[in-house]
Amino acid sequence: MFARRRFAVLKNLLEYVGIEPGRLHFSWISSAEAEKFQKTVAAVTEDVKALGPAQHMIKDIRKVA
Amino acid sequence: MEAIAQKIREAAKRLLSEGKVDVVIGYAKGTVPMREYPYFAYTPEEAENLTWSSFCCNNLALYTIRRPGRMAVVAQGCVSRNLVNLINENQFKRDDLYVIGVNSPGMVDRRKVQALFPGKTITEVIEEPEHLLVKGQGFEERLERKKVFRSNCLTCVQRNPVISDEMIGEVGPEGHGGNIDKVAAPWEKLVPAERWTEMQETLKDCIRCYACRDACPLCYCHVCFVDEAQPQWCGKTQDEADVATFHILRAFHCAGRCTDCGACESACPQGIKMRRLTSKIEKDIRALYGYRPGMEIGAQPPMSLFKPNDPQDFIK
Ligand code: SF4
Ligand code: SF4
Ligand code: SF4
Repeated sequence: MFARRRFAVLKNLLEYVGIEPGRLHFSWISSAEAEKFQKTVAAVTEDVKALGPAQHMIKDIRKVA
Repeated sequence: MEAIAQKIREAAKRLLSEGKVDVVIGYAKGTVPMREYPYFAYTPEEAENLTWSSFCCNNLALYTIRRPGRMAVVAQGCVSRNLVNLINENQFKRDDLYVIGVNSPGMVDRRKVQALFPGKTITEVIEEPEHLLVKGQGFEERLERKKVFRSNCLTCVQRNPVISDEMIGEVGPEGHGGNIDKVAAPWEKLVPAERWTEMQETLKDCIRCYACRDACPLCYCHVCFVDEAQPQWCGKTQDEADVATFHILRAFHCAGRCTDCGACESACPQGIKMRRLTSKIEKDIRALYGYRPGMEIGAQPPMSLFKPNDPQDFIK
Protein backbone atom coordinates (compact mmCIF):
# COMPACT_ATOMS: atom_id res chain seq x y z
CA MET A 1 0.00 0.00 0.00
CA PHE A 2 2.95 2.31 0.66
CA ALA A 3 4.39 0.91 -2.53
CA ARG A 4 1.33 2.03 -4.44
CA ARG A 5 2.15 5.66 -3.65
CA ARG A 6 5.83 5.22 -4.37
CA PHE A 7 5.18 3.50 -7.67
CA ALA A 8 2.68 6.15 -8.68
CA VAL A 9 5.31 8.84 -8.17
CA LEU A 10 8.10 6.78 -9.74
CA LYS A 11 6.04 5.93 -12.80
CA ASN A 12 5.15 9.58 -13.35
CA LEU A 13 8.78 10.56 -12.90
CA LEU A 14 10.15 8.01 -15.36
CA GLU A 15 7.57 8.91 -17.96
CA TYR A 16 8.28 12.56 -17.33
CA VAL A 17 11.95 12.09 -18.27
CA GLY A 18 11.06 10.31 -21.46
CA ILE A 19 10.85 6.57 -20.75
CA GLU A 20 8.08 5.33 -23.05
CA PRO A 21 4.82 4.66 -21.13
CA GLY A 22 4.50 1.06 -22.38
CA ARG A 23 7.82 0.05 -20.85
CA LEU A 24 6.65 0.26 -17.28
CA HIS A 25 4.04 -2.06 -15.87
CA PHE A 26 2.57 -2.52 -12.44
CA SER A 27 0.27 -5.26 -11.32
CA TRP A 28 -1.09 -6.79 -8.12
CA ILE A 29 -0.81 -10.55 -8.33
CA SER A 30 -1.25 -12.85 -5.39
CA SER A 31 0.68 -16.12 -5.14
CA ALA A 32 -2.61 -17.91 -5.78
CA GLU A 33 -3.20 -16.19 -9.11
CA ALA A 34 -1.14 -18.28 -11.47
CA GLU A 35 -3.29 -17.53 -14.45
CA LYS A 36 -3.19 -13.77 -13.91
CA PHE A 37 0.56 -14.00 -13.57
CA GLN A 38 0.91 -15.90 -16.82
CA LYS A 39 -1.36 -13.46 -18.67
CA THR A 40 0.39 -10.41 -17.27
CA VAL A 41 3.85 -11.63 -18.20
CA ALA A 42 2.64 -12.39 -21.72
CA ALA A 43 1.08 -8.93 -22.04
CA VAL A 44 4.18 -7.17 -20.71
CA THR A 45 6.42 -9.08 -23.07
CA GLU A 46 4.20 -8.19 -25.98
CA ASP A 47 4.05 -4.50 -25.10
CA VAL A 48 7.79 -4.22 -24.66
CA LYS A 49 8.51 -6.14 -27.86
CA ALA A 50 6.24 -3.77 -29.72
CA LEU A 51 8.30 -0.84 -28.45
CA GLY A 52 11.54 -2.38 -29.68
CA PRO A 53 14.93 -2.27 -27.99
CA ALA A 54 15.46 0.34 -25.25
CA GLN A 55 16.75 3.67 -26.51
CA HIS A 56 17.69 5.24 -23.21
CA MET A 57 19.69 4.37 -20.14
CA ILE A 58 22.13 2.33 -22.16
CA LYS A 59 25.72 2.42 -21.10
CA ASP A 60 28.28 1.46 -23.70
CA ILE A 61 31.20 0.19 -21.63
CA ARG A 62 33.55 0.64 -24.58
CA LYS A 63 32.74 4.36 -24.62
CA VAL A 64 33.33 4.99 -20.92
CA ALA A 65 36.14 2.60 -20.10
CA MET B 1 18.70 44.18 5.20
CA GLU B 2 21.45 45.48 7.47
CA ALA B 3 18.88 46.23 10.19
CA ILE B 4 17.79 42.58 10.09
CA ALA B 5 21.42 41.42 10.19
CA GLN B 6 21.99 43.59 13.26
CA LYS B 7 18.98 42.07 15.02
CA ILE B 8 20.16 38.56 14.14
CA ARG B 9 23.56 39.32 15.70
CA GLU B 10 21.90 40.71 18.83
CA ALA B 11 19.67 37.66 19.19
CA ALA B 12 22.62 35.33 18.64
CA LYS B 13 24.78 37.12 21.20
CA ARG B 14 22.00 37.01 23.74
CA LEU B 15 21.30 33.30 23.21
CA LEU B 16 24.98 32.38 23.42
CA SER B 17 25.84 34.53 26.43
CA GLU B 18 22.78 33.31 28.34
CA GLY B 19 23.85 29.77 27.50
CA LYS B 20 20.48 28.98 25.93
CA VAL B 21 22.12 27.32 22.94
CA ASP B 22 25.56 25.87 22.17
CA VAL B 23 25.72 27.18 18.64
CA VAL B 24 23.95 29.66 16.41
CA ILE B 25 23.86 28.58 12.78
CA GLY B 26 23.53 31.49 10.40
CA TYR B 27 25.18 33.09 7.40
CA ALA B 28 28.41 35.06 7.17
CA LYS B 29 29.59 37.38 4.48
CA GLY B 30 31.55 35.67 1.73
CA THR B 31 35.10 36.64 0.82
CA VAL B 32 33.84 37.61 -2.62
CA PRO B 33 30.52 39.36 -3.31
CA MET B 34 27.30 37.30 -3.54
CA ARG B 35 28.80 34.27 -1.81
CA GLU B 36 27.37 34.26 1.70
CA TYR B 37 28.20 31.01 3.44
CA PRO B 38 26.96 28.96 6.41
CA TYR B 39 28.50 30.15 9.65
CA PHE B 40 28.62 28.56 13.11
CA ALA B 41 28.84 30.99 16.00
CA TYR B 42 29.87 29.30 19.25
CA THR B 43 30.68 32.46 21.23
CA PRO B 44 29.08 35.91 21.50
CA GLU B 45 32.20 37.30 19.77
CA GLU B 46 31.74 34.98 16.81
CA ALA B 47 28.12 36.07 16.57
CA GLU B 48 29.46 39.42 15.30
CA ASN B 49 30.24 37.70 11.99
CA LEU B 50 26.64 36.78 11.25
CA THR B 51 24.94 38.53 8.39
CA TRP B 52 21.75 38.60 6.32
CA SER B 53 21.50 39.47 2.65
CA SER B 54 20.01 38.52 -0.72
CA PHE B 55 22.60 35.78 -1.09
CA CYS B 56 21.76 33.49 1.83
CA CYS B 57 21.24 30.56 -0.53
CA ASN B 58 22.40 27.59 1.54
CA ASN B 59 19.76 25.70 3.43
CA LEU B 60 20.90 25.83 7.06
CA ALA B 61 18.60 23.00 8.11
CA LEU B 62 21.30 20.73 6.69
CA TYR B 63 23.71 21.59 9.50
CA THR B 64 21.42 20.50 12.30
CA ILE B 65 21.70 16.86 11.26
CA ARG B 66 23.65 14.68 13.72
CA ARG B 67 24.77 17.76 15.64
CA PRO B 68 24.77 17.24 19.40
CA GLY B 69 23.56 19.89 21.82
CA ARG B 70 21.13 22.75 21.54
CA MET B 71 21.24 24.81 18.42
CA ALA B 72 19.69 27.99 17.14
CA VAL B 73 19.11 28.32 13.41
CA VAL B 74 18.41 31.42 11.37
CA ALA B 75 15.44 30.32 9.31
CA GLN B 76 13.46 31.85 6.48
CA GLY B 77 10.43 30.02 5.06
CA CYS B 78 12.11 27.15 3.25
CA VAL B 79 14.74 26.51 5.94
CA SER B 80 12.01 26.33 8.57
CA ARG B 81 10.10 23.86 6.41
CA ASN B 82 13.15 21.64 6.16
CA LEU B 83 13.60 21.90 9.94
CA VAL B 84 10.02 20.71 10.35
CA ASN B 85 10.77 17.86 7.92
CA LEU B 86 13.74 16.82 10.02
CA ILE B 87 11.73 16.91 13.23
CA ASN B 88 9.04 14.80 11.53
CA GLU B 89 11.74 12.39 10.38
CA ASN B 90 12.94 12.12 14.01
CA GLN B 91 16.36 13.65 13.41
CA PHE B 92 16.19 15.80 16.53
CA LYS B 93 13.69 17.11 19.03
CA ARG B 94 11.87 20.38 18.68
CA ASP B 95 13.14 21.27 22.18
CA ASP B 96 16.77 21.12 21.07
CA LEU B 97 16.09 23.67 18.39
CA TYR B 98 15.68 27.42 18.70
CA VAL B 99 14.41 29.04 15.54
CA ILE B 100 15.44 32.60 14.79
CA GLY B 101 12.77 33.31 12.21
CA VAL B 102 13.15 35.80 9.39
CA ASN B 103 10.84 36.70 6.53
CA SER B 104 12.72 35.91 3.34
CA PRO B 105 13.21 38.83 0.99
CA GLY B 106 13.64 36.29 -1.82
CA MET B 107 17.19 35.26 -2.54
CA VAL B 108 19.09 36.36 -5.60
CA ASP B 109 20.76 34.11 -8.17
CA ARG B 110 24.37 35.26 -8.38
CA ARG B 111 24.61 33.71 -11.86
CA LYS B 112 21.77 35.88 -13.13
CA VAL B 113 23.55 38.95 -11.75
CA GLN B 114 26.91 37.97 -13.21
CA ALA B 115 25.31 37.23 -16.58
CA LEU B 116 24.33 40.88 -16.83
CA PHE B 117 27.98 41.88 -16.63
CA PRO B 118 29.76 39.48 -18.95
CA GLY B 119 33.53 39.46 -18.59
CA LYS B 120 33.44 41.98 -15.76
CA THR B 121 34.38 41.47 -12.13
CA ILE B 122 31.78 42.53 -9.61
CA THR B 123 33.54 43.89 -6.55
CA GLU B 124 30.63 45.05 -4.44
CA VAL B 125 26.89 44.56 -4.18
CA ILE B 126 25.00 46.99 -1.98
CA GLU B 127 21.57 46.00 -0.72
CA GLU B 128 18.64 48.37 -1.06
CA PRO B 129 15.05 47.45 -0.20
CA GLU B 130 13.90 46.53 -3.73
CA HIS B 131 17.18 46.89 -5.58
CA LEU B 132 20.79 45.82 -5.66
CA LEU B 133 23.52 48.32 -6.45
CA VAL B 134 26.17 46.36 -8.33
CA LYS B 135 29.64 47.87 -8.54
CA GLY B 136 32.88 47.00 -10.26
CA GLN B 137 35.78 48.77 -11.86
CA GLY B 138 34.34 51.41 -14.16
CA PHE B 139 30.68 50.42 -13.78
CA GLU B 140 27.84 50.79 -11.37
CA GLU B 141 24.29 49.66 -11.98
CA ARG B 142 21.08 49.39 -10.00
CA LEU B 143 19.18 46.12 -10.55
CA GLU B 144 15.64 45.31 -9.54
CA ARG B 145 15.94 42.43 -7.06
CA LYS B 146 12.89 40.65 -8.40
CA LYS B 147 14.44 40.42 -11.87
CA VAL B 148 17.40 38.42 -10.55
CA PHE B 149 15.64 36.17 -8.03
CA ARG B 150 16.50 32.49 -7.98
CA SER B 151 13.72 30.78 -9.90
CA ASN B 152 12.55 28.85 -6.83
CA CYS B 153 12.24 32.12 -4.87
CA LEU B 154 10.03 33.58 -7.57
CA THR B 155 7.45 30.83 -7.10
CA CYS B 156 7.88 30.40 -3.34
CA VAL B 157 4.68 30.24 -1.32
CA GLN B 158 6.15 30.29 2.17
CA ARG B 159 8.51 33.17 2.87
CA ASN B 160 7.74 33.38 6.57
CA PRO B 161 9.02 30.65 8.86
CA VAL B 162 6.43 28.00 9.71
CA ILE B 163 7.97 27.62 13.18
CA SER B 164 9.83 30.30 15.08
CA ASP B 165 10.85 30.99 18.66
CA GLU B 166 11.70 34.55 17.94
CA MET B 167 10.82 36.57 14.88
CA ILE B 168 13.39 39.03 13.56
CA GLY B 169 11.79 41.93 11.71
CA GLU B 170 8.25 41.89 10.42
CA VAL B 171 6.17 39.02 9.16
CA GLY B 172 5.92 39.73 5.43
CA PRO B 173 3.86 38.51 2.49
CA GLU B 174 4.07 34.78 1.78
CA GLY B 175 4.57 34.69 -1.98
CA HIS B 176 6.34 36.58 -4.72
CA GLY B 177 3.61 36.30 -7.30
CA GLY B 178 5.17 33.52 -9.42
CA ASN B 179 2.91 30.53 -10.09
CA ILE B 180 4.67 27.26 -9.32
CA ASP B 181 2.28 25.23 -11.44
CA LYS B 182 3.20 27.24 -14.53
CA VAL B 183 6.93 26.50 -14.27
CA ALA B 184 7.06 23.15 -12.45
CA ALA B 185 7.68 20.08 -14.57
CA PRO B 186 8.68 21.94 -17.74
CA TRP B 187 8.95 18.77 -19.85
CA GLU B 188 5.37 17.65 -19.33
CA LYS B 189 4.25 19.28 -22.54
CA LEU B 190 6.81 17.41 -24.66
CA VAL B 191 6.55 13.96 -26.25
CA PRO B 192 8.69 11.18 -24.66
CA ALA B 193 11.58 11.39 -27.13
CA GLU B 194 11.91 15.15 -26.64
CA ARG B 195 11.74 14.78 -22.89
CA TRP B 196 14.74 12.50 -22.85
CA THR B 197 16.69 14.89 -25.09
CA GLU B 198 15.78 17.80 -22.82
CA MET B 199 16.98 15.90 -19.77
CA GLN B 200 20.28 15.06 -21.48
CA GLU B 201 20.64 18.70 -22.44
CA THR B 202 19.92 19.80 -18.86
CA LEU B 203 22.35 17.35 -17.28
CA LYS B 204 25.08 17.23 -19.91
CA ASP B 205 27.57 19.34 -17.96
CA CYS B 206 27.17 17.43 -14.69
CA ILE B 207 30.57 16.44 -13.32
CA ARG B 208 29.16 14.15 -10.59
CA CYS B 209 30.68 16.28 -7.82
CA TYR B 210 27.57 15.72 -5.64
CA ALA B 211 27.54 19.30 -4.38
CA CYS B 212 23.78 19.31 -5.02
CA ARG B 213 23.31 16.29 -2.79
CA ASP B 214 25.67 17.60 -0.13
CA ALA B 215 23.81 20.91 0.04
CA CYS B 216 20.42 19.27 0.36
CA PRO B 217 18.92 18.91 3.85
CA LEU B 218 17.11 15.75 2.76
CA CYS B 219 20.28 13.92 1.78
CA TYR B 220 21.58 12.85 5.16
CA CYS B 221 21.93 9.12 4.54
CA HIS B 222 25.01 7.62 6.21
CA VAL B 223 25.91 6.05 2.88
CA CYS B 224 24.30 7.50 -0.19
CA PHE B 225 23.25 5.05 -2.91
CA VAL B 226 25.80 6.56 -5.30
CA ASP B 227 28.62 5.81 -2.87
CA GLU B 228 27.67 2.22 -2.22
CA ALA B 229 30.01 -0.31 -3.78
CA GLN B 230 28.23 -3.54 -2.94
CA PRO B 231 26.03 -3.53 -4.85
CA GLN B 232 26.99 -0.61 -7.01
CA TRP B 233 23.60 0.93 -7.74
CA CYS B 234 24.99 3.61 -9.95
CA GLY B 235 28.13 3.68 -12.11
CA LYS B 236 30.81 6.25 -11.42
CA THR B 237 31.22 7.59 -14.93
CA GLN B 238 29.89 10.66 -16.65
CA ASP B 239 28.12 8.47 -19.15
CA GLU B 240 24.57 9.70 -19.74
CA ALA B 241 23.06 6.56 -18.20
CA ASP B 242 25.00 7.01 -14.96
CA VAL B 243 24.36 10.74 -14.74
CA ALA B 244 20.66 10.23 -15.42
CA THR B 245 20.45 7.41 -12.86
CA PHE B 246 21.98 9.63 -10.20
CA HIS B 247 19.64 12.53 -10.86
CA ILE B 248 16.46 10.51 -11.29
CA LEU B 249 17.05 8.48 -8.14
CA ARG B 250 18.12 11.43 -6.05
CA ALA B 251 14.98 13.27 -7.10
CA PHE B 252 12.92 10.22 -6.21
CA HIS B 253 14.52 10.03 -2.74
CA CYS B 254 13.33 13.60 -2.21
CA ALA B 255 9.73 12.72 -3.08
CA GLY B 256 7.29 14.21 -0.61
CA ARG B 257 10.13 15.91 1.25
CA CYS B 258 11.56 18.51 -1.12
CA THR B 259 10.62 22.05 -0.11
CA ASP B 260 11.94 23.59 -3.34
CA CYS B 261 14.48 25.55 -1.31
CA GLY B 262 16.83 25.76 -4.29
CA ALA B 263 19.99 24.98 -2.28
CA CYS B 264 20.89 22.19 -4.72
CA GLU B 265 20.82 24.48 -7.74
CA SER B 266 22.65 27.25 -5.89
CA ALA B 267 25.41 24.83 -4.89
CA CYS B 268 26.03 23.38 -8.34
CA PRO B 269 29.30 24.62 -9.82
CA GLN B 270 27.98 23.82 -13.30
CA GLY B 271 24.72 25.71 -13.08
CA ILE B 272 22.62 22.61 -13.63
CA LYS B 273 18.87 22.98 -13.23
CA MET B 274 18.08 19.76 -11.40
CA ARG B 275 14.88 21.27 -9.97
CA ARG B 276 13.31 20.40 -13.32
CA LEU B 277 13.19 16.89 -11.86
CA THR B 278 12.26 17.61 -8.25
CA SER B 279 9.59 20.14 -9.23
CA LYS B 280 7.74 17.43 -11.14
CA ILE B 281 7.54 15.28 -8.03
CA GLU B 282 6.60 18.21 -5.84
CA LYS B 283 3.74 18.98 -8.20
CA ASP B 284 2.59 15.34 -8.34
CA ILE B 285 2.63 14.95 -4.57
CA ARG B 286 0.45 18.01 -4.26
CA ALA B 287 -1.93 16.84 -6.97
CA LEU B 288 -2.14 13.20 -5.86
CA TYR B 289 -2.00 13.48 -2.07
CA GLY B 290 -2.64 17.15 -1.36
CA TYR B 291 0.60 17.47 0.56
CA ARG B 292 3.21 20.20 0.88
CA PRO B 293 6.36 19.12 2.72
CA GLY B 294 7.44 20.74 5.96
CA MET B 295 4.37 22.84 6.67
CA GLU B 296 3.34 21.26 9.94
CA ILE B 297 5.02 19.47 12.84
CA GLY B 298 3.54 16.00 13.24
CA ALA B 299 2.42 15.70 9.62
CA GLN B 300 3.01 12.22 8.23
CA PRO B 301 5.33 12.05 5.21
CA PRO B 302 3.13 11.13 2.23
CA MET B 303 5.48 8.36 1.07
CA SER B 304 5.11 6.59 4.43
CA LEU B 305 1.35 6.72 4.36
CA PHE B 306 -1.46 5.30 2.30
CA LYS B 307 -5.18 5.75 1.94
CA PRO B 308 -7.47 3.00 0.67
CA ASN B 309 -8.62 5.25 -2.18
CA ASP B 310 -5.18 6.38 -3.40
CA PRO B 311 -5.07 6.60 -7.20
CA GLN B 312 -4.15 3.27 -8.76
CA ASP B 313 -5.37 3.30 -12.35
CA PHE B 314 -1.79 2.59 -13.49
CA ILE B 315 -1.86 -0.84 -11.79
CA LYS B 316 -3.27 -3.60 -13.92
S1 SF4 C 1 20.52 10.78 -2.99
FE1 SF4 C 1 19.28 9.35 -1.84
S2 SF4 C 1 20.73 7.91 -0.94
FE2 SF4 C 1 21.89 9.70 -1.54
S3 SF4 C 1 21.94 10.97 0.30
FE3 SF4 C 1 20.20 11.63 -0.95
S4 SF4 C 1 18.48 10.51 -0.11
FE4 SF4 C 1 20.33 9.48 0.58
S1 SF4 D 1 16.21 18.74 -3.52
FE1 SF4 D 1 17.03 20.82 -3.73
S2 SF4 D 1 15.21 22.13 -3.56
FE2 SF4 D 1 14.63 20.11 -2.72
S3 SF4 D 1 15.03 20.27 -0.51
FE3 SF4 D 1 16.90 19.41 -1.48
S4 SF4 D 1 18.19 21.20 -1.85
FE4 SF4 D 1 16.12 21.96 -1.49
S1 SF4 E 1 26.28 19.81 -8.10
FE1 SF4 E 1 25.95 19.99 -10.31
S2 SF4 E 1 27.75 19.09 -11.27
FE2 SF4 E 1 27.75 18.44 -9.13
S3 SF4 E 1 26.69 16.45 -9.15
FE3 SF4 E 1 25.14 18.00 -8.73
S4 SF4 E 1 24.31 18.55 -10.75
FE4 SF4 E 1 26.24 17.47 -11.10
